[in-house]
Amino acid sequence: TSLSHSRRVLNKGEILWKCCAISWWGGVQMGPPDPILGVTEAFKRDTNPKKMNLGVGAYRDDQGKPYVLNCVRKAEAVIAEKKLDKEYLPIGGLGEFAKACAQLALGADNEVLKSGRNITVQTISGTGSLRIGANFLSRFHGGPRDVYLPKPSWGNHTPIFRDAGMQLKAYRYYDPSTCGFDFKGALEDISKIPEQSVIVLHACAHNPTGVDPRPEQWKEISDLVKKRNLLVFFDMAYQGFASGDIDRDAWAVRHFIEQGHNIVLSQSFAKNMGLYGERVGGFTVVCKDAEEAKRVESQLKILIRPIYSNPPMNGARIATTILNTPELRAMWLEEVHGMANRIIKMREQLVAGLKKEGSSHNWQHVIDQIGMFCFTGLKPEQVERLTKEFSVYMTKDGRISMAGVSSGNVGYLAHGIHAVTK
Amino acid sequence: LALAMSIFSEVPQAPPVAVFKLTADFREDSHPQKVNLGVGAYRTDDSQPWVLPVVKKVERLIVEDSSLNHEYLPILGLPEFRSAASKVALGEDSAAIKDNRVGGVQALGGTGALRIGAEFLRRWYNGVNNTATPVYVSAPTWENHNAVFADAGFKDIRPYHYWDAAKRGLDLSGFLDDLEKAPEHSIFVLHACAHNPTGTDPSQDEWKKIAEIMKRRNLFVFFDSAYQGFASGSLEKDAWAIRFFVSEGFELLVAQSFSKNFGLYNERVGNLTVVARDNENLTRILSQMEKIVRTTWSNPPSQGARIVGKTLNCPELFAEWKDNVKTMADRVLLMRDQLKAKLQALGTPGTWDHITQQIGMFSFTGLNPKQVEFMIKEKHVYLMASGRINMCGLTTKNIDYVAQSIHEAVTKVQ
Repeated sequence: TSLSHSRRVLNKGEILWKCCAISWWGGVQMGPPDPILGVTEAFKRDTNPKKMNLGVGAYRDDQGKPYVLNCVRKAEAVIAEKKLDKEYLPIGGLGEFAKACAQLALGADNEVLKSGRNITVQTISGTGSLRIGANFLSRFHGGPRDVYLPKPSWGNHTPIFRDAGMQLKAYRYYDPSTCGFDFKGALEDISKIPEQSVIVLHACAHNPTGVDPRPEQWKEISDLVKKRNLLVFFDMAYQGFASGDIDRDAWAVRHFIEQGHNIVLSQSFAKNMGLYGERVGGFTVVCKDAEEAKRVESQLKILIRPIYSNPPMNGARIATTILNTPELRAMWLEEVHGMANRIIKMREQLVAGLKKEGSSHNWQHVIDQIGMFCFTGLKPEQVERLTKEFSVYMTKDGRISMAGVSSGNVGYLAHGIHAVTK
Repeated sequence: LALAMSIFSEVPQAPPVAVFKLTADFREDSHPQKVNLGVGAYRTDDSQPWVLPVVKKVERLIVEDSSLNHEYLPILGLPEFRSAASKVALGEDSAAIKDNRVGGVQALGGTGALRIGAEFLRRWYNGVNNTATPVYVSAPTWENHNAVFADAGFKDIRPYHYWDAAKRGLDLSGFLDDLEKAPEHSIFVLHACAHNPTGTDPSQDEWKKIAEIMKRRNLFVFFDSAYQGFASGSLEKDAWAIRFFVSEGFELLVAQSFSKNFGLYNERVGNLTVVARDNENLTRILSQMEKIVRTTWSNPPSQGARIVGKTLNCPELFAEWKDNVKTMADRVLLMRDQLKAKLQALGTPGTWDHITQQIGMFSFTGLNPKQVEFMIKEKHVYLMASGRINMCGLTTKNIDYVAQSIHEAVTKVQ
């Protein structure tokens, strides 16, 4: 680019900066592309008409199109009528949103809510919630700096906690030999975690594996975690999206609270309300009592203010309107159920398709796993082939987003998977 | 069966953020003549928030556009917003933009832009992870600047001379002296226009002096631009300092806010403009910005960026917006004129020229903490302990009462 200047008269500024020897940023390394979002970018560049994007976890309808929920459209119309102003929200966000958000997770009649011993703040979707939580723990948690993630976990968990100043460790979770839950391994590892360490649990629809503990397994985990005196950090990004039932998907969270764990909890409304780009989320700390909740709240505000001052209104307003308007809430529950059902159907069709292709492998895990993602069990070389030869885009760990599968392309996907695994 | 010992039993109660506490106190006050001159948001002459007509129009367009959905934006934000926002700051015919060495990072308001910029500088400026690089903020400055840089990891945040309380103006010699004495490579946070909280900006000649020293001493320029258009009513005039520094060859950052000039406070619309040496540097810088954004909020909110992007990229809407901005700026200028005139008419001791010399939303009245306390407790006129008033809180209906209150504060309280 600097050569292109040689033909014309340089202006004073150009002469001056050409004379300044060094740029400030010579030492800045090129950052690697984000593994998950990078998949979509590669997908966009592909010209194959049969290409499939099974990378990022955003729901698609059976035509492969983004789905704006009807309850969202209706809520937007209601909000537009109100002609609201654009004044700053409080640091902790829209109060009514925080309340509805906590109620959704904990159940409206939860003792925690009644006693006011939770503090819930509106956050920038799930990521923002996790980061606030991580920053809070980094600053105030007196225990070890170690955060234990399930192996594997969402790719962004590690850098979030690391950037907040925590250290990352892992407990066994996924069993590649069964493509299921390594319950024994998890219990063994958890039993060795030093007291007061932080343990991250995926509330439902584990990302990336889709493998969730069964209720009786959750009970044992809760008992063990209590015995080890660990601080539980629940990440709930798929409430409603996993089974189709919001209460069922929140069961683990509610069980832990009932068992006396004072948890911290991140919630996202990106998937279950399709509000991805509006960045709607919540962060909750369950405290000893209301007085402690007030102290914690004051410190959360001190953390939030120098990051973004206060959160965006639009998405929180939509979510609140839906949650608090009975007919919209009913509509939402139906739509969430519908999304979850379509995913379940695609799982079934994929397995049927693989059988039809003549695959001799056991694909039961595709049906047993839950939520948006499926850990196929494909190895990196197989994934690479699937991408190169069939233009099927997914992350290297073999994870596919079932939301990207439709009745129109499930056969093609089965064909491709069979081709690289036979 | 709660677990025995709470892990958070030692968490101390933090003090409330002052400016929001002021508004909270104001809300609870039932005095019929109460006036809120605290938080920096525009108000009409009826003391009402104002959703800009162009914003209403564009929001309708967005609602009616059934092709729009709520999908994730890219990590760095809405492309048409980012480029338009940087263009607003640097100008239509910016050579730097033509050279492809300008990039934008959509952020959550001006705060978010500052924070991403600060995080980037801490990681990559003046070495790698050099938390010891001094960061200079003006004395006084927006109260959140300190925390933004501290929480980004900087250990050494210092004031530079700025406000001269005695002469109620810019302490230029103190400022220039600090620039001469600052360790090389120090970061300086400069207010592009409408300095918050003093409303006192350097003149063009003064900016030139500042730039000369900064260039000679290799000091880093980080502009905070929260009031472009809002200060003078002219986008170009309010961006003069930024454009001058760019033309002088600085690699710099500009944290832009569209909260005030678009009235989009609660949609959190901001942009971190990066001016780099060349496109190759810019590319690497933006790749690292992505990593920072990804662990902070993943990707930014779409609504506000759509509104601003649409407006800036459409000539008719852009013209309408500039008009709306001028409406706000003009009302503020009118209130400045009137307040000064009334204080002079009342014979209030002291000189009040600074009220009209200062620019933007805020005025540093020069009232001391005792006088401020009097204003709040006795007169129910709410302002910051620093003596800062938000001119937007003044209206033709309350200006007499406020002028009278200031008069009493100055004459009764020392």
